[in-house]
Amino acid sequence: MKGFERKHLLSTEDLSKEEIMDIMNTARRFRDLMGKGHEVIPTMHGKIVVLMFFEPSTRTRSSFEIAAKRLGAETIDFSSIKSATTKGETLIDTAKNLEAMNPHAFVIRHSNSGAPYLLTKIQSIPVVNAGDGFHEHPTQALLDLMTIMDYKGEVSKLKVLIVGDIAHSRVARSNIYSLKTMGATVSVCGPATMLPPDIQKLGVRTYTDLKSALPEQDVVMMLRIQAERGGINNQFPTVREYSRHWGLNNNSVKLLKHDAIVMHPGPMNRGVEISQAVADSERSVILPQVTNGVAVRMAILHKVTNGKNIEEVI
Amino acid sequence: MKLLIKNGRVICPVQNIDDKKDVIVEDGIIKDIVTGTVNEKDFDKVIDAGGMVVAPGLVDMHVHLREPGHEGAETIATGTLAGASGGYTTLACMPNTHPVNDNPYVTAYIKTKAKEEGVIKVYPIGSITVGQAGEQLAEIGEMLKAGIVAVSDDGSCVMNSYVMRKAMDYCKQFNIPVIDHCEDTNLKGEGVMNEGYYSMKLGLRGVPAVSEEIMVSRDIALSDHTGCKTHIAHVSCAGSVRVISDAKQAGIPVTAEVTPHHLFLTEEAVTTYDPNTKVNPPLRTEKDIKALKQGLKNGTIDCIATDHAPHSMEKKDIEFQLSKSGMIGLETALSLCLKLVHDNDINLPTLIKLMSTNPAKILGVKGGSLKKGEPADIVIFDLNEEWTYSDDKIISKSKNTPFKGQKMRGKVKHTICDGKIVWQS
Repeated sequence: MKGFERKHLLSTEDLSKEEIMDIMNTARRFRDLMGKGHEVIPTMHGKIVVLMFFEPSTRTRSSFEIAAKRLGAETIDFSSIKSATTKGETLIDTAKNLEAMNPHAFVIRHSNSGAPYLLTKIQSIPVVNAGDGFHEHPTQALLDLMTIMDYKGEVSKLKVLIVGDIAHSRVARSNIYSLKTMGATVSVCGPATMLPPDIQKLGVRTYTDLKSALPEQDVVMMLRIQAERGGINNQFPTVREYSRHWGLNNNSVKLLKHDAIVMHPGPMNRGVEISQAVADSERSVILPQVTNGVAVRMAILHKVTNGKNIEEVI
Repeated sequence: MKLLIKNGRVICPVQNIDDKKDVIVEDGIIKDIVTGTVNEKDFDKVIDAGGMVVAPGLVDMHVHLREPGHEGAETIATGTLAGASGGYTTLACMPNTHPVNDNPYVTAYIKTKAKEEGVIKVYPIGSITVGQAGEQLAEIGEMLKAGIVAVSDDGSCVMNSYVMRKAMDYCKQFNIPVIDHCEDTNLKGEGVMNEGYYSMKLGLRGVPAVSEEIMVSRDIALSDHTGCKTHIAHVSCAGSVRVISDAKQAGIPVTAEVTPHHLFLTEEAVTTYDPNTKVNPPLRTEKDIKALKQGLKNGTIDCIATDHAPHSMEKKDIEFQLSKSGMIGLETALSLCLKLVHDNDINLPTLIKLMSTNPAKILGVKGGSLKKGEPADIVIFDLNEEWTYSDDKIISKSKNTPFKGQKMRGKVKHTICDGKIVWQS
């Protein structure tokens, strides 16, 4: 059994079950300690984490920043760099300049798929992918998995449905990989215009009709719809039509099993992909997702920077 | 100056020669091809081509020499030397220079530069429209007088069918081919690689094959309507091969080319986000490669062209989405394509036809023949010598190629242009 010993976290695609469980156990340990009043668990004391957010983000950036600080690390925030950084030179030069100042980890969010891979090629500091284009968002998938395990237990028995713009979702891809690795049955649902070609080859079932997809699911993950995509790219005719066909609302939610849970990676468009009542219902585990996000990101930062033994610092 | 190339396996598709013979060159012209006794003392230079293939110099009807305007990536001097090292004696260069070759002055500049600094022959291709913007016809007649041999807006597709129709009407009177880069830009959108399994996995926007097929079909319909010779650049997918095959059977004057990279690489090469695998049209699938090879075998595809597209590291070695499309190809084309011969897909004389005789014919230029009285443009290569392409071996000014580190079989030994040895290794 080999735990997670990688230098970088770039994707969930190639993570083994053992690596995922190692991350889960470490995250739970951090969460337990924080629950017992340990506000800081300084395994990264004296280390510096650089947050490079080339795309607007509030919750993921804050989550990483809090995670780093709870580990006793300092953070440097580059999210103020405006997206004038669509020039590649900026990414490479920024990374090389920052590397020369010897920080201990880079956390990167970038609108171009593959940008974190480029970082690993041009410099030697550990890289954590905080979302690249519509490729992957591994820490989101890991926090989702932790939440699913909290509420539903053994993942291999579960049926999970991801609903929305699958074609342009890094959350969907990372979740498909990690959930499949853990043995879950995964389906995706959305308008045909938003289901990418060959998605079935990842071992998922596809639905275009939400109502026929909902019964039997144990977990339903609603993805954020970027409303502007409808009008600009003809991905769907109107927000109204999308919402009525693929939104989880007070009617469609009745099709779910009584104990099924509803998730959303945020930020939500209340009234579009998810109704107010569903988002705030007992099925909703959206806020626990956020809480677990900090613990998972602590586990990842701790591991990629070879943090000190937890027992020695508490 | 008298040159003797002796003992080689001489291949000339035009004369149906594939035999051990001696080639006699005098004052830059093929004097004779003979069998048997020749007195070596009568020659100024003798090349022993024993065990080698002696064929007409290769002709590449689709290269980017980047001069004027992008000399940081390539110049006529470096590009033609790269060509010579790959066995080429004639190149036709695309007009997407800066300024664009949409007027006789740029054409004349390229001709002059090629004469002064080029080591092999260069024929400019003029743009179809002013600034390659797809709107107003360029001064095609004036450019023709200055030395262009065809027109193309390569790099962009002439989206407006009315403009393309007029371009074909206009070019027919001059009997020159219109070369189109077939790509429906609306269907392409912001795509950067083939649309399919790998674009889905990598989270990269896809370019569907239909974006090419739809424009190939349109151009064929316009070619049929106008009677203008139409050449489809860098065919990349099975659907295009199918419609071109149908068009040829219907007698429509369409010709087509394929690049070595579309024959030997699939979309799978993109999985590391290596910008050197980003080309336009994108690398496709095994199924497409099969159709392209079939097209070469049955004559649907007329020739192999490299689309040699040098880019400086600054423009290439960045995020995949932001990097320029294109790879260099002149130095590796022959070695790569000899695989078709080694794998028994096609025979060697057919390959020479595809890489020399046919493209010369499509452009209506000299070359592709070892007939008596023709210019002595000759390549001599070892069919089996193995070598590895690597960064330090690259002649081109740019090094953007995914074939670095690849083992090759078949190597150019001499390239002779107008009787002069312009490359030897």
